[in-house]
Order: sequence, then structure tokens, then C-alpha cells
Amino acid sequence: MAAGVQQLAKPKTRLGKRLAPYLLIMPGGLWLLVFFLIPIVFMLSVSLQTGNLEGGFAQTWHFHRYIEVFQQYRPQMVRSFAFGTIATAITLLFGYPLAYWIAFHGGRHKTTFLFLLLLPFFVSFVIRTLAWQFILADDGIVFGTLKSWHILPAVISGIAYNFLPFMALPLYVSLERIDRRVVEAASDLYANKKDVFLRVIFPLSIPGVFAGILLTFVPAVGDYVNASILGGTNTTMIGNIIQLEFLQNFHYPVAAALSFILMGILLIGIFIYARVLGASSIEEYV
Amino acid sequence: MPDVDVRLEGVTKRFGEVKAVDDLHLEIQQGEFFSLLGPSGCGKTTTLRMIGGFEEPSAGGISLGGGDVTNLPPYRRNVNTVFQSYALFPHLSIFENIAFGLRRKKVDRSEVQRRVKESLDLVDLPGFDTRKPTQLSGGQQQRVALARALVNRPRLLLLDEPLGALDLKLRKQMQLELKRIQQEVGITFLYVTHDQEEAMTMSNRLAVMRHGRIEQLDVPERMYESPATEFVAGFLGASNLLEGQILDRSSELANVGVAGGSTVRVPTARLDGQGPTVKVGVRPEKIKLEADEGDPPAGWNSVSGTLRVSTFVGVSHQYTVNGPADSTLTVYAQNLGAEPAPREGERVRLLWRPEHTFVVQPSAPLAEWEEEQ
Repeated sequence: MAAGVQQLAKPKTRLGKRLAPYLLIMPGGLWLLVFFLIPIVFMLSVSLQTGNLEGGFAQTWHFHRYIEVFQQYRPQMVRSFAFGTIATAITLLFGYPLAYWIAFHGGRHKTTFLFLLLLPFFVSFVIRTLAWQFILADDGIVFGTLKSWHILPAVISGIAYNFLPFMALPLYVSLERIDRRVVEAASDLYANKKDVFLRVIFPLSIPGVFAGILLTFVPAVGDYVNASILGGTNTTMIGNIIQLEFLQNFHYPVAAALSFILMGILLIGIFIYARVLGASSIEEYV
Repeated sequence: MPDVDVRLEGVTKRFGEVKAVDDLHLEIQQGEFFSLLGPSGCGKTTTLRMIGGFEEPSAGGISLGGGDVTNLPPYRRNVNTVFQSYALFPHLSIFENIAFGLRRKKVDRSEVQRRVKESLDLVDLPGFDTRKPTQLSGGQQQRVALARALVNRPRLLLLDEPLGALDLKLRKQMQLELKRIQQEVGITFLYVTHDQEEAMTMSNRLAVMRHGRIEQLDVPERMYESPATEFVAGFLGASNLLEGQILDRSSELANVGVAGGSTVRVPTARLDGQGPTVKVGVRPEKIKLEADEGDPPAGWNSVSGTLRVSTFVGVSHQYTVNGPADSTLTVYAQNLGAEPAPREGERVRLLWRPEHTFVVQPSAPLAEWEEEQ
């Protein structure tokens, strides 16, 4: 009897167990399908169409367009990556000490400091940048004066400022997670402050550095708000071109092709970056 | 007379209003296995952390091998620590974990190779060099932590409850292992634990701490046989305490009248500076239990009571006896099988030699936060 009951009960639970992961992934999966995959396939098709707004667009599989637009907008493309790289480096330079200080010396007020870090987010991105225009635009108070020196274009400073929390937060999380006993063990084993940082704290924070760079660099390269508000004609980024082609010139295929080129380069770059800085190579830092 | 290795003079540590360590004086000899024993919150770990350099004393001085280290950072002290949680570097291989201290001291490569191998052999983990800490069991991580500290041949090794996270069997095994290693390397060990058995098994000397002060400091045997205070008596295993009045202290053995009318004889020297009310005690295994018939044998202390509970433990019996004046007395009797065991409810007599009677100073009762042992 007991065996019979078991046999009846078993398949039911097994089916539920097997289905559970799929049921869990379904809402997110559907969301991605409808709002990510379908639009991206649609835009891929747009990038290979020819035509104009009045006469309509036709699918011509014009692959050559990718080469044309890349050649046409290569300076903006290069500038975007240069600005993105510099801005990311700046956020890392400012964000690391900031996150380190909050994680190790924030004491009881850690949450307050984190809140202060996030406070600018409560003000609209565009408004924040507009406020910056007043002081930091290339012809504003600060950069207007320093313009001839060509130290830092306002656009880069704006990007760095706007994306600082994206860098600082993952850094903070990875630094906060480090076992304080491990830090003590290092100083117990004759490591001075510099060695404690270089051999233990920094290597253990690499996951945060990795995530921070990723979260900052990708949107920074594609950013157009900072360039359009803070920049001039010589600081146009690829994001501005895409926006211009899409919303003003209605060259949908051009804008779409540029977007895919940008995405392609970013994906390849990130792939290489992940392989180089992946978890297994951390040991080389010691 | 061996050299003094560690000396603490009037060391005090305050955390806000709380005195974690209170005017502590302590000397540890070269090559000694010394234990600090006490309930959680007694200040033993804080003492260890001050010697390691992780906390600065609020007052007092610490010297190591004659040199003052009170304000030196940890990395400039010739001391290494085995942490309770092991604190291995998760991003480094076992080899690099152990080599960490040597690399900081700029020991040359071939020497590092040799010494890391040597210490892996010492802790019985040969061939583990390339693994990561997460791939090791708790016991193995514990050994790596030990090797990582010992490889530097420090003047003093600090161990902060290193066996706390291991299961009982592994703990027993590691206790013997630690003792063996300590004898092999000849380094001074300062061991912090709340486990009295662990401390007694391994130490040359030990100090029982409470409320930031040392209650008693002695070799394990003497500490166990004649605890100085009620707290130490209770902390180092089961003890039977009886309150009484000193009746006569003129001869070598003094008479103490305990509640219930019995007289207990105590070596008079142990009553020094005490009285007239004292607390006397005896360890459970020193007591002989027999039926309460006829006169008690001469030369023994005798207290009568009713046997309440008899527990068979295997190698022994554990008896709980209701003694005079509501006291509860515990007796351990080896299971020799020669005599019939007394039965619950019977009147019994507890006999022990006068020289096994100790006298303790009364202590304040245990606070609730101290109970955890």
C-alpha cells in the first residue's frame, strides 16, 4: 500500500520541481523577449533598409551601409571611446578612495554617506547636467577660463560626475565584504599599510572594480546628454550623431547601423576585458 | 630560570565606559604554552589583541623579549596570530598564504620554497600548495592558518580560540597536534580559550580571567586541585562547595563546621587570611560514596545526604546527592563493578581525604552574559 502511495505522489512533485525554474524565469524572459529581443531584431532589419520618410523604407539588405557610416563618423566614434575611457578612469580615481573611506572608516554613518552619494540621483539627470552647464560648460565659468589650456573638456567631467555612483557603489560593496580579520592577518604577517592594500584589499576588491568599470564605461560611451548640454561642436559623441540622425534627420537606417556598430565594439571589448580581468587572474596581483 | 618572553604591566583597555581589561599584570616565559581561560566577555581576546597590536592599551605597557612594543603596529612585532575564523587570504593559494609573511620580509625565493614545504609537512598537509582555501575543510584551513603563522618563526604565537569551529573529535585530535607542534618548534604559545578542558590539556600554565582581571594563575594541576575562588572552582569543572565556620585552626588540620552539623577538616595553611565564614569544596572524583551505616572511617571527611540521581555514563557513575542545608553534591565514581551501586533515595555518606579539601574566596554570582562556557 505504502509503495503505491509513493508511486502516485512521486511524479507530481517531480513535475513541479522540474517546472519551477522555468516558471521562475518566465516573467523576466517574456519581458526580455517583448521589450528587448523583438525591438533589437526590428532595429537590425531597419539598419539594412533603404529609403526616406516620405517615400517609405524598403528592406534592401544594404550591408555596405555599416562600412559607410563607420567611415563617415569615425572621429565621433573614436572620441566616444576616448571620452568614455577617460571618464571611467576619473570615476575610478575618485570613486575608489570614496568607497574605501565609506567602507573602512564610515563607522556608524555608512548608510548616511551612501545616501549622500546617491542624493544627486534624486534630481533629474538632465537638470543636474543643466546646472553644470552654468559652471562647467566649455564656455562656462570654469572651463571658459581654462579653455585655452585644454585640460579637460566639460563633457568628460560631466560624464565622470554623472556616473560616479555607478562606480562607487559596486566598489563599496566589494570593499565592505572583505573580512576585517583577513586585513588584520595581513598586517600580522608583516605587511605594512601599502602592502596590505596592494596585496590584500585591492585584489579582493577587483570584482567591484570590474563591475564598476562595466557599469560606467558602457553608458559613458553611449552618452549624449552631457555632450549636447555641456559640449560644443568639437566634442560631439556618437550618441549625439545617433540622436541627430534618428530624431532630426530621420535617417533611421543610419542611426540603427551606428547603434549596432557601437554595440558590437562594446560587446567585443567587454568580452576581451572579462577574459583578461576575470576572476582566475587575480592571483597575479600578489 | 628561562627568560621572560612577554610582559604586561598594568595593561588596561577601555571601550567607552567599559573596562575590557583592568590593570593586568602578566609574565609569560620563553617556550611556554600559556593559556588565558575565561567566559566570553572576560577580556581574554582583548588582551591577546593588544599583544598582537590590533588594539592599543588605554594604559600600561607591553614588552616582548625585553623590547617595548606597546605602540608598535602589528607588522612590526615579532608575533604571529592564528585567528578564530582562520582569516586565510581567499584570493591566494595555500602556498602563497603560507609564504605571505616570508615574502613581506623579503626572504629569498628558494628559502621561501623550502620553508613553506617544511611547514606544510609540519601541519601534515603535504602537497596542498596549489589549492585555494575554499577547497579545504575547516580542520585543514585551521592547519594552514597555523602553518602560515609558524613559518615566520615568531617569538610568540597568539592563538585565538583556534579550535572553536571544529567538531569535538577533530578538536581533541588538534589539541594533541598543537601540543606536539609547540614542543617541536619551541615557540612561546599564548592560547585563548573558553574551554577549560582544552586549556588544562595543553598548557604549562594558565590564567583564569574574569571582568578584565586575572582570578588565578597557576599550573593546571594546582589550579584544578586548589582553586582560589568560587568562580575558578566552578569554571574548571564541577565542584562541590559547602559554607561553614572555622571552629579550630590550632593544629595542622583545621576544623570547619559546615551547615548540617558535620565537621570538615582542611589543611590549615589553606585558610590563610580567611574566616570566620569560609567556603570549602571538593572535586567530585575525590569523593567515595557509601551507605550511611555505622561510624565513618577515621581520617576521612564525611558528609551525609540522600542520593537523588544516579547516572550511568559508561566508564563511571555520576551521582547527585542532596547534602546538608539544601546543598547539591556531585560524585563521580569509576565503574569498577566491585561493589553494588547505591540506589536512588538511599541515605549515603560522602567520604574524602582532608588534603583534597580546598578553600575558595566567595565570588559574585555569574552574570547572565557570562553563562556561556
